[in-house]
Amino acid sequence: MSTTQTKPQKNSFLAGTANYVDERVGASGILKEFGRKIFPDHWSFMLGEVAMYSFFVLLLSGTFLTFFYDPSMAIVKYDGVYAPLKEAMISKAYESSLFITFEVRGGLLMRQVHHWSALLFVAAAGLHMLRVFFTGAFRKPRELNWVVGFVLFVLAMAGGFTGYSLPDDLLSGNGLRIIDGMIKGVPFIGTGISSLLFGGEFPGHVVIGRLYALHIMLIPALILVFLAVHLFMLIIHKHTHFSGPGRKDTNIVGYPLMPVYVAKAGGFFFIVFGVIMVISTFFTINPIWNYGGYDPSPVSAGTQPDWYIGWLDGALRLAPTGMEFMIGEYTVSMNILIPLTVSLLFLALVAIYPFIENWVTGDKREHHMLDRPRNAPTRTAIGAAGVMFYAVLWAGASTDLIATHFKMNLNQVLVTMQISLLVLPVVAFIVTKRICLALQRKDKEVAIHGRESGRIVRLPHGEYIEVHEPLDEYELYKLVDFKDYQPTLARPNAEGKITLGARVRSSLSRFYFQDRITPATKTEIEQARHHAHELEAQVQKAIESDK
Amino acid sequence: MSDNSKEVETSKAAAPAAGSYSDHEYELGLRVVNSDAIADPGLEPHRVRMTDKSVKHEKAAVRQVALLFTFSMLGSAFALWAYFNFPLSEDLSSVRLNTMYLGIGMTLGLMGIGIGAVHWAKTLMPDNEVSEERHLVRGSDDKRAAAVEILAAANQESGFTRRKLIRRTLYGSLALFPFPGIILLADLGPNPGDSLRHTFWKAGTRLAKDPTGIEIKASDVTLGSVFQVIPAGLNPTQKDYLEEKAKAAVLLVRVDPSELKETDERKGWSYQGIVAYSKICTHVGCPVALYEQHTHHLLCPCHQSTFDLIDGCKVIFGPAARPLPQLPITVDSEGYLVAQSDFLEPVGPSFWDRSVK
Amino acid sequence: MKQLRRKINGLRRSPKALGIVMFAGLLVVGTGYSTVSAAVSPNREVVRTQEQIDLGKKIFLANCASCHGKNAEGTQNGPNLIGVGEASVDFQVSTGRMPGAASGPQLEVKPVQFTEEDIAAMAAFIGSLGDGPSIPDAAYLQANGDPSAGGELFRINCAMCHNAAGAGGALTQGKYAPHLMNSSAKTIYEAMVTGPQNMPVFNDANITPEQKNDIITYLTYVQNNDSVGGEELGSLGPVSEGLIAWFGLLGLLIIIAVWLAAKSN
Repeated sequence: MSTTQTKPQKNSFLAGTANYVDERVGASGILKEFGRKIFPDHWSFMLGEVAMYSFFVLLLSGTFLTFFYDPSMAIVKYDGVYAPLKEAMISKAYESSLFITFEVRGGLLMRQVHHWSALLFVAAAGLHMLRVFFTGAFRKPRELNWVVGFVLFVLAMAGGFTGYSLPDDLLSGNGLRIIDGMIKGVPFIGTGISSLLFGGEFPGHVVIGRLYALHIMLIPALILVFLAVHLFMLIIHKHTHFSGPGRKDTNIVGYPLMPVYVAKAGGFFFIVFGVIMVISTFFTINPIWNYGGYDPSPVSAGTQPDWYIGWLDGALRLAPTGMEFMIGEYTVSMNILIPLTVSLLFLALVAIYPFIENWVTGDKREHHMLDRPRNAPTRTAIGAAGVMFYAVLWAGASTDLIATHFKMNLNQVLVTMQISLLVLPVVAFIVTKRICLALQRKDKEVAIHGRESGRIVRLPHGEYIEVHEPLDEYELYKLVDFKDYQPTLARPNAEGKITLGARVRSSLSRFYFQDRITPATKTEIEQARHHAHELEAQVQKAIESDK
Repeated sequence: MSDNSKEVETSKAAAPAAGSYSDHEYELGLRVVNSDAIADPGLEPHRVRMTDKSVKHEKAAVRQVALLFTFSMLGSAFALWAYFNFPLSEDLSSVRLNTMYLGIGMTLGLMGIGIGAVHWAKTLMPDNEVSEERHLVRGSDDKRAAAVEILAAANQESGFTRRKLIRRTLYGSLALFPFPGIILLADLGPNPGDSLRHTFWKAGTRLAKDPTGIEIKASDVTLGSVFQVIPAGLNPTQKDYLEEKAKAAVLLVRVDPSELKETDERKGWSYQGIVAYSKICTHVGCPVALYEQHTHHLLCPCHQSTFDLIDGCKVIFGPAARPLPQLPITVDSEGYLVAQSDFLEPVGPSFWDRSVK
Repeated sequence: MKQLRRKINGLRRSPKALGIVMFAGLLVVGTGYSTVSAAVSPNREVVRTQEQIDLGKKIFLANCASCHGKNAEGTQNGPNLIGVGEASVDFQVSTGRMPGAASGPQLEVKPVQFTEEDIAAMAAFIGSLGDGPSIPDAAYLQANGDPSAGGELFRINCAMCHNAAGAGGALTQGKYAPHLMNSSAKTIYEAMVTGPQNMPVFNDANITPEQKNDIITYLTYVQNNDSVGGEELGSLGPVSEGLIAWFGLLGLLIIIAVWLAAKSN
């Protein structure tokens, strides 16, 4: 504070304003604390920003849409400009969506901006999660922030789905119908919950209004709260950085917030908005006028949810035939319950993964240096298996389009997906782990023997060798600076008993670290260099004797 | 090359184990500390940019940034101009033009600022990396001691631990207070009752075409044709039209009676090969209306459940488990198709007590 | 661009006048055309000549009889054609579906193999064998009906297979409902009355000729009007949108992020 207490120079508007603000909110203290905070630079660190900025774009475009949209399900006769719907009996919600599209200048543009940024929001959040996972950024002290991020991802999906339903067109109406069917499949409480949600029988007259309330109030408010917590923790923890020369768990290397990061991150907001805008200008999204208003009788081929709900729809499609059974006179719809349970379990595993890995490694120190994915082969392989599982479910939601576009048999595509769901994650795990280990081995080889120079030399005794060039110290350090773990045996506790927990932990530790490539040591490198020097001397001698 | 190896040797002593803190040594768990690790050579030397070296490049960069910001101004101005000059009309191409020109202008307005700012940061702002110390996230020992003291004092002053009665009643009240709030939600919808078991169909209700409501004669339904059917008298202006339609929608098909496999119980449910089945999928309720004339398969476009219309609409593929419910039909004296009764089982997705009588 | 601007300005200045002119024009052209076409194409059966039938039989024997039998009674390889009507022949042959290629789940659209006269002759021959749907009256192919009523009928009777925007969709075991983006009014009409392959029949009691014209009007509208929102992405709905979101939007932003985080020279 003392720095700005002196009177600012005359003629300086900037200084005058700064003084005014500081004397009222004490901004200088905040600026002093955060103004030169260091942020590391890497393209993958921008993914979370993409998600956050597309959320801001959602708030802006969504607010515009609320000025015109009417969430009423009352039936009216369409009297707008779109000829193929003239005099159709449609809900006010659909009518006002058509009004925004055809009769508000820039209305269609804003609708497309809103929908595209929603797709981008969830996609960027998902990819950001994957980045955090594959680099190990979820480790202590960031486990709780991972959970907060996970909640944000789920909220983003919820926000997306509630918004998808609002136009009340045929496509979204059938989406709601599926939700209703799933809810009814839940034992005991299903029909009751469905009746509460829809205010009686499906489709009822209230559900759009209720989803609207969730979509524009509760969900965005929760997203804002969790986003604030997420960012607050980011400030507390400071950002992670990749391992490398000069980078340690005890420091952070990058550029100061002001001015470099403010310019880059601030500029990036406009870039994200601009890219959304250009896609919205040239690509149709959700052409609601094609679908007509909701009516329970028709349906369109290719009825799919937005991409982020696709994996849940895929899970429903992939359930095998005939899984419903009766207990007494009660119906148990396993064809709905199994997909539901599997999806929820998958989400739960994602949420608690940091705690599992932490328990296995027992490494209680703070981790601020990121792993290259290859240097944590088992984690990377688990991630690949998870991605594959999700991807198969996701592809499962487009079986019909895959069949028509690749001229395949719909039934065979579905059966292939069912098998893939069980097989491909395992394959992905094994292949990814092998690739990681091979890359680690190559890194170690290069670290010890240097890079292949392409120079082939014949030694006096006839042997041909390729001369290797040693790496410079920075490159070398990048290859050897990673954390190394070894498996453990189950050890007895204080009472001399080997508990179940200890056994599980021991076998998990073998699962994680049995196949392990240790970083190259100084001795190994020195020995290799010594050997290389001897070779080099021989080569020199050979060259000289040739002359 | 040999210079490098020398340097590594000289910095042997300066190789602390990764992640060590002077105090608070946390457990390492399974982590192996490499005592023979390569030393950290420190930050890489800073590479000087062209814009730092040459005034010409620096000026060029300044011009580029200014140009980008100018583009942005032009874009925004263009968007404003487009708003007024591409109004909407009855002609749909006006919507396309309005969207496109507004969008192009706004894109330029946004991208100019964004790319300009980043270019500015990259070329003209200092680009030397800075290292900053981290501190453990946990507070220092002093701070923690102070915090513990505050907690202890608060506990002491309030008697939170000491006064068990207060504490336990507080827990109880906290556990109960949300329930009135939750029960308020019960009025969101009525008790479903037996609404899911009845539809608009009654004995004698004529079958009518969706959406016109024109009644159907048996003679209208030729071999191989398919009719989308609603009950006659279901009026689009009635309040619960969509709810009733959501249960009553039916698909009507005529097949060769000799092909039809009918159980004894359902022998009388069809009329000269004309059969009527609920269109609402028994999986999660999508309309199952994709009828294949020759295979007699009904396919649901949402999750690909496939039903065999010849054989009582049994499931032959996909996640659905139960056959589509059949509507018993016959003809009345005027030759119109009529329902013999309502469906004899609840239509649509399964629910827990659907078979309870 | 200028032209478009002028066009829109013109519309704004005198929408009423223009509308009246256009309406009058349509009325004249439409009524004129329909009376003329009704005059020249009365019921085909009357026009069918013995010459045509003989020519049709010759072409049939040379090209079709191996599968459909010498008397079109059908064999194991091809169905009975007696009573399928002229519309059926016209639909199958003039879209190139017939003669069929190697057996697949269903017949594919291919380059047309016969001239219009040959097709008409074959249709006449098959038509002479038994009553069936005849070639549609041109009055119902004008796309001058009610697009809104047609849209509703299309959604209720057709969209489940052909997609709400006519983009097509999958059926069981490798079969599919084709997209309708290039289908002519006649093809659409003939498909409805004949129910080719696994498509069900929509007879005139189910969907009246006027309603069929409404459906054709709707589809013509969709065919002739590009999406107001920009590139349609095949009208496939959320799947293609999701792919664009990942590989277009996010992909582009990642490329920009790489540039943003890279060190400048």
